[in-house]
Amino acid sequence: MARNRSVSAVLGGSVARPRPQPFPSRSRSALKRRAVVGVLVLLSLVLITASFRESSDGFLHRVGGGGATVLRPFEVGAERVARPFRDAYGYLAGLVHAKAENKRLRSELDQARQEANQGRIKAQQNDQLRAALVFIDSPAFPRDFRPVNTRVLGAPQSPFEQRVIIAAGSDAGIRIDAPVITEEGLVGRVTGLTGSEAEVTLLTDEESAVPALDLDSSTNARGLVRRGQGKGSLILDRVAKDAAVSEGDKIVTAGSRSKQFPSLFPRGIAIGSVTSVGRTDTSLFTHVQIEPFVDFSSLDSVIVLVSKRRPPVAP
Amino acid sequence: MTVDAALDAAKAAGILFLAVVLQISIFSGIDIFGGRPDLLLVTLVVVALLRGTIFGAAAGFGAGLLYDMGTFGTLGFIALLYTLAGYWIGRYGETTGRDRSHAPLLSVAVVTVLFSFGALMLHFMLGENAPAREVLVESLVPTVLLNLLIAVPVYAAVRRILRPPGWADRAREVRLLG
Repeated sequence: MARNRSVSAVLGGSVARPRPQPFPSRSRSALKRRAVVGVLVLLSLVLITASFRESSDGFLHRVGGGGATVLRPFEVGAERVARPFRDAYGYLAGLVHAKAENKRLRSELDQARQEANQGRIKAQQNDQLRAALVFIDSPAFPRDFRPVNTRVLGAPQSPFEQRVIIAAGSDAGIRIDAPVITEEGLVGRVTGLTGSEAEVTLLTDEESAVPALDLDSSTNARGLVRRGQGKGSLILDRVAKDAAVSEGDKIVTAGSRSKQFPSLFPRGIAIGSVTSVGRTDTSLFTHVQIEPFVDFSSLDSVIVLVSKRRPPVAP
Repeated sequence: MTVDAALDAAKAAGILFLAVVLQISIFSGIDIFGGRPDLLLVTLVVVALLRGTIFGAAAGFGAGLLYDMGTFGTLGFIALLYTLAGYWIGRYGETTGRDRSHAPLLSVAVVTVLFSFGALMLHFMLGENAPAREVLVESLVPTVLLNLLIAVPVYAAVRRILRPPGWADRAREVRLLG
């Protein structure tokens, strides 16, 4: 026999289901409910007003203080129970905070380093430009030329290629073969040109040859400054065998006395100093080694000499 | 007042007293993303939902007054706001919110927002410091979320102690079935 498990079958028709019990306050009248709330709100307002207006040693403040005194032991107990959890939370929060702070400080440090580097670079550039200005204003600066100060954009790409790119071109009045110098001495000449950039072939390039003279020589020894054997070294080639050249002599550009075909390089630009002098019986010329004044490996800024005269025209 | 009613009131008073103590000593010191969980408000909302208008209003007044005393605040300040909150949530529990599962969470969220507005307005009316930006913009949303977070366990715990009216009758009905 199948068992009937339905609710009506179990309870039967005669079992009366209890009616849901209403909320206690619901059974009271709305008037009573509102009256109670009204009294409590009014009491609160009275308390606020009285507490706000009375002095700090008034009755309500004393009552409040008494209540706080009663609550105090419980608060202390709860605080002691919660202290380990609070400490653990504080430790974890501190770790998270420290991690975030570490990240922020690292970022700030990187930024400060970059700014410091930029500042040092700018200070260095400032020093170089000041030195260049001093040189331009000095009597050593060649007349009939105006200076174009510019930065070096690209260093020589390989030992075989002694050329650099500078950040000024024909727009600044620079022409092909214009001499390039620093306040220390001759650098090279312009061999390529665009509107905003120029290529400078250094004195240490295989193709460079600059007429030069020994400023300290009694015989006014002359020759051609060319690339030497060592890295960055120069030689004074084609110096007469009887020329009086000695170590420490200062070598400068010779220039040209011909007004029709002046030299590319004005007279008197420093090139370097003599480091060794050699003569052999079989050689036709004196071998003169020169240490250049300019450090070609660390060129940052240069001065291009732009002639104030019209460029010479080849016949 | 019957013995059951007196026992019920004593239980509610104990729960709210514990909530006041925990709120003052522990929860007021918790600051997560600018929000502070209000255990006392959440407990009051749950009690009012379970026990109705008058019980809620009276519980709000008592708990608020105790809190005012414990924090050396203006007496009646929190009591006024909690009285209104208890009354309103009690009314909601008696009518629309009765037996609805979302009622506790909805009540906690709405009451938290209204309490923040009310406290701000009352502070402003009393000429006290009322940083609206800090209360309404920076801390309101995290406070609501934190209150919702604690509402679930608080509701479960308080409901076990203060059983909703009618449970005893339902239990008797089940015994008949067995």
